Amino acid sequence: MSPMASSVMDGRPIRLGVLYSRLRPEEKWIFQAAERRADVELVPLDSRKLVLSPGCGPEVEVVLDREVSQSRASATLRLLAGAGIPTVNAPEVVRVCDDKLRTSQALRAAGVPTPEVRLAFTPQSALQAIEELGYPVVLKPVDGSWGRLMARVSDRATAEAVLEHKAHLRADSHRALYVQAYVDKPERDIRAYVFDDEPIAAAYRTAGDWRTNAARGAVPHPCELTPELSAICQRAAEAVGGGALAVDLMETPDGFTVHEVNSAMEFKGSARVLDVDLPSMLIDYCRRRATQTPMTPWEREVPIDA
Amino acid sequence: MVECPECAANVSVPEDVMANEIVSCETCGLELEVVSTSPLKVDLAPEEEEDWGE
Repeated sequence: MSPMASSVMDGRPIRLGVLYSRLRPEEKWIFQAAERRADVELVPLDSRKLVLSPGCGPEVEVVLDREVSQSRASATLRLLAGAGIPTVNAPEVVRVCDDKLRTSQALRAAGVPTPEVRLAFTPQSALQAIEELGYPVVLKPVDGSWGRLMARVSDRATAEAVLEHKAHLRADSHRALYVQAYVDKPERDIRAYVFDDEPIAAAYRTAGDWRTNAARGAVPHPCELTPELSAICQRAAEAVGGGALAVDLMETPDGFTVHEVNSAMEFKGSARVLDVDLPSMLIDYCRRRATQTPMTPWEREVPIDA
Repeated sequence: MVECPECAANVSVPEDVMANEIVSCETCGLELEVVSTSPLKVDLAPEEEEDWGE
């Protein structure tokens, strides 16, 4: 019997590890929610102080990933999985969500509407890809977030300039040139929160900019979860492997299209306008995840000491 | 209140401030991390890295 299963049976609170390094409002609310509850014992795991060892893990029954550094989160979640500790989300799900190319592949394979993309590796082939898709397009780093270093390219002169600049950026994430067809949406997108493939709330994010990221100051408003919206969110969450996820969608004349699924959901803005307690729901989800046995097939495939 | 390590202005923190919480200096705009709540101490918060995100 797993330690978690026994703690549920004897009524002992489960030890909930929260991986973080930056205590933003979301993490503060999660900590405060955990401290108010008798069914969890909060174990803060500041990644800046962690020393990890393959096959070993902290004495916790589940870990909630709130680490802002995707490379730290990726390595830590993999080691935790190798040590048999369930995480929210699972490392394989995080791997898909953190990589725009893997996300595009997963959504496409599942038949979920998503913007058309091209991948190229040289400025010349990227220019060819851009012109095949037709202007305007969006150039993005495959592993970027918060709308960082994204460029909307409207003509050939701009394309050549942006590609030349990218060729001089040193980070590996600019070696692969991810080109996405531009979706002519209203100046808003939709973020939906999904737990266990069940959409529970959604918010519009309105901005006076083509980038509607909350990190860029987009303003949230409640959005009705219609059956059509719920269905596509559920399919998008399933496509990346499921979990506690934030699905980002755009509205087009032909229906919704999904451009991102986020594994370490931010909700600082939405929390002000939505009537749901996301910190408590995340903790509830962690409790459920801790009790889930057996592990999912891909987790068993993660070799210990890998 | 605590002094900003960059510009020496007074920085207010919420009543329920927690260790590691990020606060902003309203005078110079810098992000600060609360490194201790008792006594209240702040330091410069880590700067955004390229792999930060959700």
